[in-house]
Amino acid sequence: MNTISALFRRELKSYFATPVAYVFIVIFLVLMSTFTFYLGNFYERGQADLAPFFVFHPWLYLLLVPAIAMRLWAEERKTGSIELLMTLPITPWQAVLGKYLAAWAFTGVALLLTFPIWITVNYLGDPDNGAIVAAYIGSFLMAGGFLAIGACLSATTRNQVIAFVITVVVCFVFLASGFPMVLDFFTSWAPQTLVDGIASLSFLTHFENISKGVIDLRDLIYFGLLISAFLYANTIVLRWKQAE
Amino acid sequence: MLKIENLTKRYGSHTVVDDLSFCCAPGEVLGFLGPNGAGKSTTMKMVTGFVPPTVGRISICGHDIDQAPLEARRCIGYLPEGAPCYPEMTPRSFLEFVADIRHLTGTDRNTRLDSVIEALHLAPVLNQSIDTLSKGFKRRVGLAQAIIHDPEVLILDEPTDGLDPNQKHEVRELIRSMATNKMIVLSTHILEEVEAVCTRAIIIANGSILADDTPEQLARRSRYHNAVRLSVGANENLDQAQAALAQLVSIDGVEVDPSSRTITVLAGAQTRDGETWQEVFDLISRQNWDITSLQLETGQLDQVFREITGGSHA
Ligand SMILES: Nc1ncnc2c1ncn2[C@@H]1O[C@H](COP(=O)(O)OP(=O)(O)O)[C@@H](O)[C@H]1O
Ligand SMILES: [Mg+2]
Repeated sequence: MNTISALFRRELKSYFATPVAYVFIVIFLVLMSTFTFYLGNFYERGQADLAPFFVFHPWLYLLLVPAIAMRLWAEERKTGSIELLMTLPITPWQAVLGKYLAAWAFTGVALLLTFPIWITVNYLGDPDNGAIVAAYIGSFLMAGGFLAIGACLSATTRNQVIAFVITVVVCFVFLASGFPMVLDFFTSWAPQTLVDGIASLSFLTHFENISKGVIDLRDLIYFGLLISAFLYANTIVLRWKQAE
Repeated sequence: MLKIENLTKRYGSHTVVDDLSFCCAPGEVLGFLGPNGAGKSTTMKMVTGFVPPTVGRISICGHDIDQAPLEARRCIGYLPEGAPCYPEMTPRSFLEFVADIRHLTGTDRNTRLDSVIEALHLAPVLNQSIDTLSKGFKRRVGLAQAIIHDPEVLILDEPTDGLDPNQKHEVRELIRSMATNKMIVLSTHILEEVEAVCTRAIIIANGSILADDTPEQLARRSRYHNAVRLSVGANENLDQAQAALAQLVSIDGVEVDPSSRTITVLAGAQTRDGETWQEVFDLISRQNWDITSLQLETGQLDQVFREITGGSHA
């Protein structure tokens, strides 16, 4: 536990040691509010809720989360610090978890900093704050899912750009399997169970469920399993890369 | 005790480390010597558990690196090749991080931090990002993290690479001062370093051990071991001196460098220590030569190194 916490603190501190973290947070907040207020017709809808805010999260995450995840392992490999890290008395699991949790906490901070939007909607009307909290949790879980994929893929290369691109592609697949377009294509010929199966693999389906304000155990299990699977794969990739 | 048995590493069909076996006991400073690409770093990566061996066993203070990696690594301090660090951190936060990972706490933690900062003279740069440090300071930060937990085993991959002569001297002093109760394995291609700090030298090339001995014993293998070198004054006849020296009984040959008027008298293989010296000395006294310098050679490690690794030089 101490070990994971030491790894976590080092990693999180390193985000804020350079301007990159601040630039990232500013970009995140600017994009979030631009999308919400201009594209989401926040005012014109005349409804006091945050639907136009949350609806863009999957798409913003698709670009922003891989940008956080890409450096997690690729940079360690590039500078050679991975040799230092992995010869300290720590297990691969501790290393993977410490780094992952720090990156997740960082996205959590960025997400929390969107609170003025939540204050605005409370000022303008009388929203269902319980549903908003649920949607925030859903959004955070979805960010965690993207991050786990990105962390795992970042361990496969020493090139951050490559890590970014393959993460965006894989994350896009996980989003796209929930598109109405994609699902319609399958509905025309595939049995309903297959269509449901594909839909249930998508971030979109589970995020939309939660952002309606209902935290279903199945959605939590989905994100929990997805994150665990990719972090486990991350430890495998690390071991496998070290041997070659 | 550090014990390495039949260590082999293959990358594809390329055998980088080939059936290496050796032990290292407390008090020993083992110099790992070899040309570039000999497999020194790869061996160290396997010993510290970073790279898994293709074949072989490694035991560190009784812990198998494969079976009990955490216990084994707790006993090791490791400076990887090039002393990689986290560039955005300061030496202070970096050393504190390593201290935390090593579970140092309370006053022990502070004492150890202070002691490595002092031993490696890091105080002036403690709060500056590692990124901005000179190569010498970076190397010393790497050394500091390796010794922070006062490990039983120290594995140092080219510890003085990139240091200036004063810093090299200081690091060697530090290594020597720690040697009494530790097992230290260091790799280098600097021969004077081996003579300066190592109690034992292993010469490897192409992944195999070619020699394993004390630096003194290795130097004895040199053709210059027990050789006598003298410079003859300007008013003496160099050829006559050479001819007279060549008549001596205990010798193996005479080399002359006319430009510096230096003659090197090589000792024969079976001669006792000091025998050739005595003969040369007596001859000089008898002939009453004008000699500007006279010295006894103990042997040249670099020449032995070249001879032993000769085939593998690119
Ligand atoms: N990951 C790797 N894949 C393939 N070959 C490698 C790898 N790492 C090292 N080598 C090769 O192993 C040989 C020994 O390298 P190294 O152990 O770094 O030598 P040294 O430290 O003695 O200079 C070199 O020929 C190097 O090219
Ligand atoms: Mg090397």
